[in-house]
This record gives sequence, structure tokens and C-alpha cells, in this order.
Amino acid sequence: MATEIVITDLVKQFGETRALAGISARIPGGRLTGLVGPDGAGKTTLMRSLAALMLPTAGSITVCGYDVVSQAAEIHENTGYMPQRFGLYEDLTVIENMRLYADLRKLDAGPDGELFNRLLGFTGLAPFKARLAGALSGGMKQKLGLACALMARPRVLLLDEPSVGVDPVSRQDLWQMVQELVDEGMAVVWSTAYLDEAERCQDVLLLDQGRIVYNGPPRELTARLVGRSFLMTDIQGNRREALTRGLQLPSVRDGVIQGASVRLVLAEGAASDEIQTLADSYQARLQPTSARFEDAFIDLLGGGPGGLSAIAAKMAPLPPTDGVMVRCHELTKRFGDFTATDKVSFDVRQGEILGLLGPNGAGKSTTFKMLCGLLKPTEGLAEVVGLNLRDSPSEVKLQLGYMAQKFSLYGLLSVRQNLEFFSGVYGLKRKLRRERVQEMIEVFELAAILDNSPDDIPLGFKQRLALACALMHRPRVLFLDEPTSGVDPLTRREFWTHITGLVGKGVTVMVTTHFMEEAEYCDRVALVNRAQLIALDTPDRLKAMVADDALPDPTMEDAFIRLVERQNALEDAREHAA
Amino acid sequence: MRRLRALLRKEAYQVVRDPAALLIAFVLPPIMMFLYAFAVSLDVEDVRVGVVLESDGAAAQSLAMAFDATPFLRVTPTRHREEVEDKLVSGKLRAFAVIPADFESRLLAGQGLAAIQIVTDASNPNTASFTANYLQGVFSTWLSSADNTAGSPARLEVEQRFWFNPELRSRQVLVPGAIAIVMTMIGTLLTALVMSREWERGTMEAILATPATMGEIIFSKLLPYFVLGALATAGCAFLAVQFFGVPMQGSFAALMLISGVFLVPALGQGLLISTLARNQFLASELAVLTGFLPAFLLSGFLFEIQSMPWLIQKITYIIPARYYVSSLQTVFLAGDVWPVFLHDMAGMMAVGAVFFAITLLKSNKRLG
Repeated sequence: MATEIVITDLVKQFGETRALAGISARIPGGRLTGLVGPDGAGKTTLMRSLAALMLPTAGSITVCGYDVVSQAAEIHENTGYMPQRFGLYEDLTVIENMRLYADLRKLDAGPDGELFNRLLGFTGLAPFKARLAGALSGGMKQKLGLACALMARPRVLLLDEPSVGVDPVSRQDLWQMVQELVDEGMAVVWSTAYLDEAERCQDVLLLDQGRIVYNGPPRELTARLVGRSFLMTDIQGNRREALTRGLQLPSVRDGVIQGASVRLVLAEGAASDEIQTLADSYQARLQPTSARFEDAFIDLLGGGPGGLSAIAAKMAPLPPTDGVMVRCHELTKRFGDFTATDKVSFDVRQGEILGLLGPNGAGKSTTFKMLCGLLKPTEGLAEVVGLNLRDSPSEVKLQLGYMAQKFSLYGLLSVRQNLEFFSGVYGLKRKLRRERVQEMIEVFELAAILDNSPDDIPLGFKQRLALACALMHRPRVLFLDEPTSGVDPLTRREFWTHITGLVGKGVTVMVTTHFMEEAEYCDRVALVNRAQLIALDTPDRLKAMVADDALPDPTMEDAFIRLVERQNALEDAREHAA
Repeated sequence: MRRLRALLRKEAYQVVRDPAALLIAFVLPPIMMFLYAFAVSLDVEDVRVGVVLESDGAAAQSLAMAFDATPFLRVTPTRHREEVEDKLVSGKLRAFAVIPADFESRLLAGQGLAAIQIVTDASNPNTASFTANYLQGVFSTWLSSADNTAGSPARLEVEQRFWFNPELRSRQVLVPGAIAIVMTMIGTLLTALVMSREWERGTMEAILATPATMGEIIFSKLLPYFVLGALATAGCAFLAVQFFGVPMQGSFAALMLISGVFLVPALGQGLLISTLARNQFLASELAVLTGFLPAFLLSGFLFEIQSMPWLIQKITYIIPARYYVSSLQTVFLAGDVWPVFLHDMAGMMAVGAVFFAITLLKSNKRLG
């Protein structure tokens, strides 16, 4: 296949900062190239430069043989580009959006033409032709965005994090659609924060601090890790404690929870003696496992953060209660005719992590919001710390910490002022307030950025600050709403180190997420689909539920997709019968 | 051409489906005009004044009656100065007139010698000078008819019309001016908002990556709002003439031509703002500060330009609404005075050309 994109010594400078510091690469047609890297590595800047929307400070790029500086118009004719927040017109319908992009490319395709029908069928949007784009779910919006970017059969397709905030089912659809295009010979660049996606790309460009640190097939990178990945199974005792201890070992480079097991990656050249001793102390089995791209990624970037959480270390353990910390019984929420949550019941015990998973628009956010007192249930019971949310919402709120998806920090206040504000909101007395703010500054190492605005600090710090604000009043229950959406694996690991530490002290955690690796950290996972709770069990047992001969060892993602599809098929069949 | 058509169609759908745009174009104008016609008035009526009668003579009585008979004053009669002084201080009276004890004797000694004292509350200077003039007017009218000591109030009416034609007059000036405010809102505010909305929602980035040119994108933004503005002007003119009793001395064609030319600088300003400010909040702040407020304060719509300080008068020359208000008042109240129109249109075009030049200089198909 011909080389479609040639990047030569590309430098892009914004004022003082160097977003791209001398990049060279060639991207061929007929292959899917993944663009990965931690936040702030320069992925979006590179994408925009390829789309001829940003001029290089130095170096050059040619796309389909055209120069980005002097031939932008030709590049725009031959490329499809889907920005991170794709520009769909929310007040136009699906078909109107598609027509706009077809006309902008002077395509001979009408709403009834072949290309439209193909794209509509391809994206599964045919039944929603007349719906306003603003009323589509997150996954459908991404598919429509892709359809618009695909107008005119571009030679090069640039997709900037197309799968952020998209549930596994829609992500699988999106992936298959793009795979078909690659098979037709298109050059596709797909930037992503999901490393399981990167693993499935034919080539990856791994970007770190504006430089390419790896360029080639993901398999070759993963091959460097052969013999260094281990799985500790059948752990007797607390697996989170086992991980924490594992991460402190000098021979361990990285580690995560994987259902009931712990996955550990050894440092280069290290022997497995230390982790064998660790496994023995838990009467666990230690077995080598195949390396994943994520292991290689973390290794290349210098290893994950340590296993100790400073905030958890400072915190006195909560008195153990054998009671239920969060309970909902037949919880229901209706908006007009529409039932968003339908008779959902479950309990969360102290020190447990419960994950709430489900496709976009399944009702998990609604359920979540009712449990932390942000929405009033239509029917049913919601209790936190034994208090009914209906009777005493404000007492309940003093017992719970809430961290929102977008971190809800005030950009016009400095980091210190944000901390002070949240300590005030939770009603801490003056002396305690000063102590806690000081403590958070030390524990989360915020001293250097105290006078900055939260908008200007790196994402990892932003996340620490948001967590600090939510923990100010020492809540007994922590609600996390997609806490690591769009966050790179390093920052995500640091976050989970804190959560693991807090749970060890007796804090109860409820979390919603689209990251399946994150679901692995949960003790139990509640799967919500079409407003109903369709499964509630440990990650390992959920996986076992969908295992069959064709797929003896399913991933969490497989479990999610199969369970959701199984229920959808069942319901659709019932509807047909009726 | 096809790309432009597609962009225009998109823009038209958006206007029709955007409640805010329709609200500003079709609901706001009648409300504004209603406000300026009835609620805001530069005239003063029913002014509370005190009349202190220190003389018992027949002439003094007759003058007091003349004050009392005036429909625009509400008179509190008294014999003691202290009473009205207190009321003036507490804001219950706007002014008082004193007919002194020697009023009769001075009147008899010669017309020019008779005097009354007028005291006003100058904390509101406009009302104060207005009331003073008014009281003086009543007095001089009374004097001229005071050959016989029992002056008849009925004869005073004739002079009063000279001074006071309040309602009708201020409304006739304000309603055409309100059209300028409405058009500034549509041209500048709405355009600034819709452009910055594209940046804010990320739609601009997607459009820039297509073959559409910057010129096509800008033109597709201008035309729909130009049409919207023209429709709103026609609606306003209809309301002004039909419901608010404003005469239409000039021609409708002239009105539309002037309004069309005004939209050039108004839209240009909106575009420029949204090119500089890429979020809706900042854009609306800028539009209000640089578009709406000057149109309101410095266009001659509410405050006469001639009575502004020299420097401010010079500043008004760069405000497009200044030319528009002048032409609007002319076309409604005076007729088709082409020298005035041509002068104003040249002014508007010049300001508009500057805005467009800067916009084109600042926009290109790159993000940075």
C-alpha cells in the first residue's frame, strides 16, 4: 500500500511549551494506525496538524502527497476528520447533518442515494434518520460523527479519541466499521486512551511529551515484556492488600487488580522470587500470563505509581459496622412517560467497591444521582448510612463524598481557594478546616500549584485536587461518577491506589465507569440495561456467566457486551410475540 | 455554490429551531416598542407641587387658581412656607411656588415688578428644570391675561399647548429609535452568539476540515441574519405606524434601504466579536458593551448628541447606530430627505468596511 502521510521533523510550539518536539513517521494506506500516549503527550495537536488545521512551527507534513502549509484545500478534499468533540449540529436531524457534510464535499449523493443508505445501514442509524442529533445517545452521536467524516470516501481518515465516553457495545460497532474501511484501503489514524483498542491496531505511534517513543506493531512492543507478566490467583485474604504490598516490591514495575486476581509486571531483568514469596504468604498460585499492550505501555513510560496512598495512610480506620452502607429497594425514576430507572434493588456493604455499569442511556447515571441525593426517586427506597434520602438529604450529604465526571472545580478560584471553598461547604469548623486543607496540600503534593487555576494544571493534578475536595470531610461513602473518563492509564493507576487505600480503611465506594479494567477493581458489578438491573455479581462470576466453548476465557468487556445483547434479544423477542 | 447553499440551508434550519433567535427577532421588538411608547417617557406629568399663598388679595387668589387649574400639576395649597419645605425635603413635592405678601402691591405698581418665588428639588435636574419652566410658564401666561384681576383659567389653555405636547412627542421620537436597538440586538448580538457557538461546540473545527472556504462560512452566517433583520424591521415599522401612532412621512422603500445598510456594520461587528471571542459568554458581554450600550446611550436615541461633551460627540461618529437613528427619525417624522440618508449611509458603510476588513484579516482556516 502507498504511504499516505509523511511526517518529517515536525515541531509545534505554543508560546513556551513544545507540544510536538521533532516527530518523524510514515503512515501507510490500508492499515489502522493507533495514536496513544498519556494526557498532554501531543495527540490532539498532531491530529490537528495532520488535518491541516494547525501550521507546523518547524518540519513538514504531507498528506496524500499534499503539503499541509500550501495545499490545505487539497488535503481537506481528501481527508475525513473527526475532532475529539465532534461538531454535530444538535439542532439538525441525523439526515440533515449527513446532507450538510455531503454537500460541503460536493458529493453526488442525495438522502435516498446509495452512499446515504450504505452509511445509515453501516452505522445502524437508519431508524433514527429524522431524530435531532442532540437527542441521540453518546454512542450514536459518535457513529453519526463517523458517518459525516466518511462522506466522500476520503483516502485518509483521522479520528481523535472517537470512543471516549462510549459504552463497550457501541465501541465494538465503531471498531468494526473502521476495520471495514481499512480493508478497503483507507489510511486510518485512531487516537485513543483505551489501550485494549491500541492493542488491536496494526501499528501504533506511542507519543510521550511530544516525542514518539515507539512506532510499530503493538505485538512487537508487547513481545519485549514476555516472561514478565504474572497473575496471582486464588488469593486467601485481601487481594487489594496483596496488590499494595506487591507494588512496594523493588522488582515490581506495575500491578493491577483483575477480578479476584492480581496482575503484576516485573521490572526488566528482575527475578520472580519476591513475588513468589508474596504469593506464598497469601497461599496464592502464581502463574505467568501473556503480556498485554498496557503492561508494555506502562513499562515504556517508566512504570506505574507506587502502591501506597498518602491520604489513606493519614486517615484513621473507620469503625467497622456490619451494616449496609448503601441500600436501594425497588428504586424507580420516571421522567414523564419515560422510565429511566425501573425497580432497581441492591445493597452495598462497608468497605466494598460496587461498580455501576451499563450502555449509554441505560439509566445508570439516574440511579447514581438518586443515591447521592441529586435526584428525587419517583418510587422506592434509597438509603445511605442507614438514613433515608427522602427524609434527611442534608445529613446524608455530610456522610458522602461525590466526585463528578468533569471534576466540578472552579476555574476562577485558585487551587487553594477551591480547597478552602469545599472545606467550608462541608461545614468544617475553622481550626479543623485549616488542618484539613493543609493536610490535603501535603498528602496530594499540591504545594507547587496552589496559586494556579485548576484549568491550567495537568490532568493528574486536577484529579488529585477533585479527590481532595471530595475527601475533605472524611466521608464514609464515596460516589465516583466516571472518575477517570478520558484519563491516561498512569493517572488512572494513581487514582485507584488512593481508592484502594481508602477502602482498606473502611470507606465504601460506588463507581460508574466505561473502563472495563476499572470494573475489575470492583468487588461486585451491577449491570444496568434499559433501566433495569440485569446482573449483579463479582467480575469473575459475570465473566463465567458468558463463557462458552467458543470463548472459554472472556474478558470483562465480553461479559458486558454479551449480557447486554442477551437481554436486548430476549426483550425484543417478547415484544415480537406480544 | 452548492457548498454555500448547504451552509445556508443548515443556518436556516438552525434559526427556525432556535427559540432564542426567534424570540430576539419577533417577540423582543414589540415588547421594546411597547416599553418605549408607554413606560419610558421623557415627559413629566402629574407633578406634585405646593403653592404657598401668603397674600389674601384677589390677584393672588386668581394666580393660585391658575396653578390649580393646570392638568399637569397636582397642587397642594397652603398658607405656611414651612409645611411645603418639609414636604419638598421628604420628596413628597417636586417644587413649590410662593406668592408673597406684597404680590398685590407690586402688581399694581407695574407689571414687571410682580414676582413669585419658585423652589425646586434639584436632585433630579431634568424634572426640576422642567417643573420650574412649567410654573414660570403658568405665571407668565397668567400675567399676560391679568388685566382684569379675575383671570380666567380657560384662556390659559392656548399657551399651554405650546409648552406641553408631551405624550405624543416623546413617543414619536422614541419608537423609531427603538428599531435601532432591536436591529443592533439582531445584527450584533445574535451574530456574535451564533458564530461563537460554533467554536464552543466544536462544530467549527469539523467544518474547517472540509473543503468549505472561510468566505463561504462567513457569508452563510450573514445572509440568514440579514433576512431576519430585514423582517424584524418591517415588523417594527408596521407596529410603529399601526399601533403606536407614529407618522410615516417618508417611504417604506427608503426605510428598508437604510436598515439594510445599517445591517452591514451591525453584522460586521457581530462577526468581529465572535472571531475574537470564541465562547458565547464572552461574546455576549462584548456585544452588549460595544454594541447594545453605545446604541442605547450614544446614538441620540435617548440623549441628544448636541448636548454631550465635545469628546463624546466625536466618539459617536464611530457608532453605526448614530447614523441609523438620525435616518430613522427623519424617515418617520420628516420624510425622504435624501441628503441626510446619503450622509448617514456613507457613515454606516465606512464603519462596516472597517469591521469586515479586520474580520477577514483575523480569520483563516487554521486553529492556531
